[in-house]
Amino acid sequence: MNGIKVDINHLKKGEVNLGTSIMAVNFKDGVILGADSRTTTGSYIANRVTDKLTQIHDTIYCCRSGSAADTQAVADMVKYHLQIYSAQLPPNEKPTTQIAANVFQEICYNNKEHLTAGIICAGYDAKNGGSVYSIPIGGSIHKQEYAIAGSGSTFIYGWCNENYKPQMEKDDCVQFIKTALSEAIKWDGSSGGVIRMVILTKSGVERLIFYPEEYQK
Amino acid sequence: MTSIGTGYDLSNSVFSPDGRNFQVEYAMKAVENGGTSIGIKCKDGIVLAVEKIINSKLLVPGKNKRIQTIDKHIGVVYSGLLPDGRHFVNRGRDEAQTFKSFYKTPISVPHLMDRLGIYVQNYTCYNSVRPFGVVSIVGGIDDDGPHLYMIEPSGACWGYTGAATGKGRQTAKSELEKLDYETITVKEAVKTAAKIIHQAHEDNKDKDYELEISWISLEETKGRHEFIPEDLLAEARKFAEEEDEEDEEEEEDDEEMES
Repeated sequence: MNGIKVDINHLKKGEVNLGTSIMAVNFKDGVILGADSRTTTGSYIANRVTDKLTQIHDTIYCCRSGSAADTQAVADMVKYHLQIYSAQLPPNEKPTTQIAANVFQEICYNNKEHLTAGIICAGYDAKNGGSVYSIPIGGSIHKQEYAIAGSGSTFIYGWCNENYKPQMEKDDCVQFIKTALSEAIKWDGSSGGVIRMVILTKSGVERLIFYPEEYQK
Repeated sequence: MTSIGTGYDLSNSVFSPDGRNFQVEYAMKAVENGGTSIGIKCKDGIVLAVEKIINSKLLVPGKNKRIQTIDKHIGVVYSGLLPDGRHFVNRGRDEAQTFKSFYKTPISVPHLMDRLGIYVQNYTCYNSVRPFGVVSIVGGIDDDGPHLYMIEPSGACWGYTGAATGKGRQTAKSELEKLDYETITVKEAVKTAAKIIHQAHEDNKDKDYELEISWISLEETKGRHEFIPEDLLAEARKFAEEEDEEDEEEEEDDEEMES
């Protein structure tokens, strides 16, 4: 190997960073994605109400961490590919989360030298129910029951491992994510603002928001 | 109906006054002279079969396979200009691999047929090329179960439960119409396919033929396109020839009764 170095800190001068806490969790009826809302340029908070949960298809979303520009561009590309792909499917059939995650992976891997993107792709499809795929920097793909990523996630690995339960009810899962992200925000200077969540089930999409007064203990 | 399109038939892509591309229709004629191929969509899989006309005693039996595979889960058989068929399959393999390398999952059969239909139609648009001289029968199993398609030189592509092409297609089609596609299994269809090919061979009876049968089924082949095992082929061949003898005996009996 020629030594392709991937530097997590190599944002260009003035580039905007999604120093972040993001996660996605499988639960009984589908999947819930959660994220904080802080975008920073150095120590200045460029946006304190960012939406890091981006739609790729009807019930497929992604959580973005790393360079804001890179992740927005990649998410747009994946959305485009999924649109063409679904146009060619039989009527009323929807693409699976696996397809979206694989397209993310293809783009992130082939452009690894130029991208700083850590993405969690999660969605609900009729065939497989909820699925969560983690695509870290470098472009590998990992299917998991739940995934955490971003700079803030490092502080909550232990807590999440202890407190995750498979097949949770919706309210339990919301509470799980709220507590996890609240801790991550507490310890990580690059994460903060509001906690946004997106719930994906066979009934469709539900968006939630939690303000500091509620989640900050 | 056929007619000679004087003046408009020598150039591909040119429309005649009654709106036909004659080169495409002439391509169908090439197909009609080829050995018969058939496809059967069963409850649990697909069976493809072909009447391989033997032109020379020097050809090695069992070699020179006519039925080809696209990816692992799709089989193709065709009648007409055999080199054109190989080109078609090659393109199918490219399409399937490109899809797989991007989406990391095998291509579904309808999706592939969409791409191949577009590809074949392309060759009807330019007078610097000629249309494909084959009709291909493509069968495969994907997440939605078994699929069977037939694609013509014009690029027209339809899904079927039973398909036949080549010289004996009329005989084959009338036999195929008698089958019950809701209940037939691949094991039964293998024998039926052998019988149909044997009957369709009547249209080509001045030449010898070799029977080639392949199948795809989740139980028998784990969803992969494979040639049927030698013993099953021998059994099918025997079944086809016996059925034939029975039919002949019945005819003889009828004649006796009359006199």
